[in-house]
Parts: sequence; structure tokens; C-alpha cells
Amino acid sequence: MKIHVHTHVNGEPTEFLCAADRSLLEVLRDELQLTGTKEGCATGDCGACSVMLDGRLVCSCLVLAPEVQGRRVETIEGVAKGTEIHLLQRKFLEHAALQCGICTPGFIVAAKALLERNPDPSEEETRYWLAGNLCRCTGYDKIIRAVLDTAAELRGETR
Amino acid sequence: MEEIRYEAPTTLARASELLRESGARVLAGGTDLIVQMRTGRAAPSVFVDVKRIPEVMNLVLGKDDLWLGAAVPAAAVVEHAEISRVFPGLVEAVDLIGSTQIQGRASVGGNLCNASPAADTVPALCVIGAICVIAGPKGERRVPVESFNTGPGKNVLEAGELLVGFRIPRPGARSSDAYLRFIPRTEMDIAVVGAGVAVSLDANGVCTKARVALGAVAPTVFLVPAAVAALLGSRGEDAALARAAAAASAAARPITDKRGTVEYRRKISGVLTKRAAAAAFERARGAGRA
Repeated sequence: MKIHVHTHVNGEPTEFLCAADRSLLEVLRDELQLTGTKEGCATGDCGACSVMLDGRLVCSCLVLAPEVQGRRVETIEGVAKGTEIHLLQRKFLEHAALQCGICTPGFIVAAKALLERNPDPSEEETRYWLAGNLCRCTGYDKIIRAVLDTAAELRGETR
Repeated sequence: MEEIRYEAPTTLARASELLRESGARVLAGGTDLIVQMRTGRAAPSVFVDVKRIPEVMNLVLGKDDLWLGAAVPAAAVVEHAEISRVFPGLVEAVDLIGSTQIQGRASVGGNLCNASPAADTVPALCVIGAICVIAGPKGERRVPVESFNTGPGKNVLEAGELLVGFRIPRPGARSSDAYLRFIPRTEMDIAVVGAGVAVSLDANGVCTKARVALGAVAPTVFLVPAAVAALLGSRGEDAALARAAAAASAAARPITDKRGTVEYRRKISGVLTKRAAAAAFERARGAGRA
């Protein structure tokens, strides 16, 4: 018997049916058509499926879908406001911090969580915070530059 | 085939009832269980999600002790500034677990119950005298952390029992702890060796109480009384630390695998014990001033 789950996704009340062992990632992509969240490894190693769950950064592949009953889920789709992209997204474009793009939603969600907790992270803090997000294209440097540049601009500094 | 079920009890009694079913597995952070399931190493018939049980999710630093609920995510422990001050070694160990994302879910209780010989939080819990509080059909029982695991992947929990959390006494004056592990890279790997040390000093800086535990060098984490004997009565001077290191190396019973050989792990057991002990002494001296 499928489980009927009521939750909030990106601030919207949302409901879905799922089997007990479906992951949140599978439900987001296959039931709710929120395909911005990507599947990389499905074992919590790569961070491509990063989402916020009740304000904590998690891998949605390691969350069972029924667990989000009554919780708040935030995905990459909630980062832009309508047609206006988030500063992090603009900085990723400006710094060419992506190539194939599979890891990008996870990096944006994770970096946003960092900047909300720490508006002035050091490069080392940023690299450690993002150590659970793997990118096989960029070599990370451009991603780190984009995040630090975003932080500086949000603090009102020009670099 | 029976359909897999998901249950989210809100009381220990109900959780215990569900866990009497064969094939029932506790779901805490899921960072071990869900991976084991996806790779075919676990086939639960019912997930018992314990995260809606208040006792299991509470984190309370009281006057006399710390209550650390078994399923509290690592991130909640790491971001608690006062816990980091009182138990720096424990928080060091918790903060070594996985990535930011994993710390958002993984719990100290799960790390213990998974019963990996290399679990980072276990030596750290052992040296600060953490007591496991277990709920089950016959009521509550308490087990010291060092007696909880009985082999790789095995622990003392019986059908219907679950780990509720840890009762950890606040250290006295001039007492502190440290945990160090060695891995071949800087992040996200499994310990080659892990060493936890806690010490208490008298007003003259002489060690009056100590505990030393090693991880990843035996089927379970274990205490090293011979290393403790080397530290007692000392001020953490080099000769005492060297004797503790030798005792730790002698006590290690490691295996050879892709992360290190028996000889290498023995050597590193001593090195980490010495360094963790030096850090614990240094912190304990500072804790005396605070």
C-alpha cells in the first residue's frame, strides 16, 4: 500500500503517494517533476541531490520520501525568485563555474546554505563545507571563486 | 514478497513493539541503512523511523551531564558551542563524520549501532564515560559504550530494543578530552586508526584519572588500561607520553587491508595516542583556568 505524504516543497503545500522505500530524490524527480535536483551516486557521496530539509543540508537520496511528512523541503527550484536568478546562480555563470552542469544544482543549494550561516566564509571553510559536492569538470577553483565572490557582493564589498 | 513498511512511532513503547518484528530496522539518519539497502546488504521489512520520539531527538547539556539523543544529527552537536567547549574531543570526532550533507542526517547513536570497528565517535564516547540508555520490552537498561558493540556489525541490542541516547557526565575541573584519527586523505574516509584520550589533573597538573580508547585496530573499539597506567601520576611529559604510545601500539590487534598494514596500524596507534594525550593534557590545563 502506498503512503500518502503531506509536506511543503519550496513553501508550497504538496502531497504525494509513495512506497516505503522510495527516496525523497526519486519522488522529487519522478512524482513532483522537480528534476533540477540530480541523481549522481545515490549513496550520499556526491552531493548532486542536495536539498534543504527543515533547514538542514542533506542528500535527498539518503532520505526516505515518507520521512518528509509535515517537514519543509527546499530544492534548487526554489532558489530563483520567478524569473530573477539568485546572485549565486549569476556568479556561477560569470565565473564559468560549471561545465556539464550535473553537479551545479547541488553546489548552489549547498553554497546558499553556507552563506546563510556564514556571510564571510574563508576559502578553507568554503572548501570544507562543499567537500561533499563532487564536480568532475571544473577542478573546483571556479566554483570556490563564484561562492566567495557572491559572499563579498552580499556583504556589500566590491572585489 | 511482503511489501516493505514505514512506521514513525512517537513513543519508545511503540517503537519497541515495532522492533520486535523480525526484519525491523531502526531508521535514524539513514546514512548507513539506506546505503546498505541500496547495495543489497540490508533488506528491512519495516523501517522504524525513531526521529519523532522526543527522547531520541533531545540534546540537553545539563548541570551534571549531557543527554545526547541517539538520532540527533551530527550537525546539531557540532554547532552547539557549549558542548564543543565541555567535550572538545567528542565534537572533534563527530565533526570528522562525512560531509556537511551527511552531518545533516548522520547521528552519534547510529554511528555506534552500526558497529563499525572504525566508527569515529566510539573511542571519543568511551573515554568520556558515556553510558548507553536502551529501551526495550523489559524496560530500560544501561550499558557503557565500550561494552555495546560485540563485533563488526554486532551490538548488544535484542529484539524490541533500541538505543535511546547517551548519558555523559560533565567532566570535573582540569579535565578534558581529545580525539584524533588518521586517514590517507583530508576528508571523508574511514579511519586507519582512531585514538581518544581523556584526562583529569590535580591542582599541580598531575594526572589523577585517564581513559584511552583505540578504534579501527580490533574487531571493536577498546579501552587501553596499560596506556592509562603510563599517564597516571604524570604531567604529560614526553617520557610518559612515549610509554602510553608504546602501550597503545602493544594493545592494538589490527588487520592488514587497503588502508594500512598491521605494522603500520600498530605504529600509528602509538603516534595518535601520544598526540591525543598531549592535546587532552593541554586542554585540561586550560580547563583549570576557566
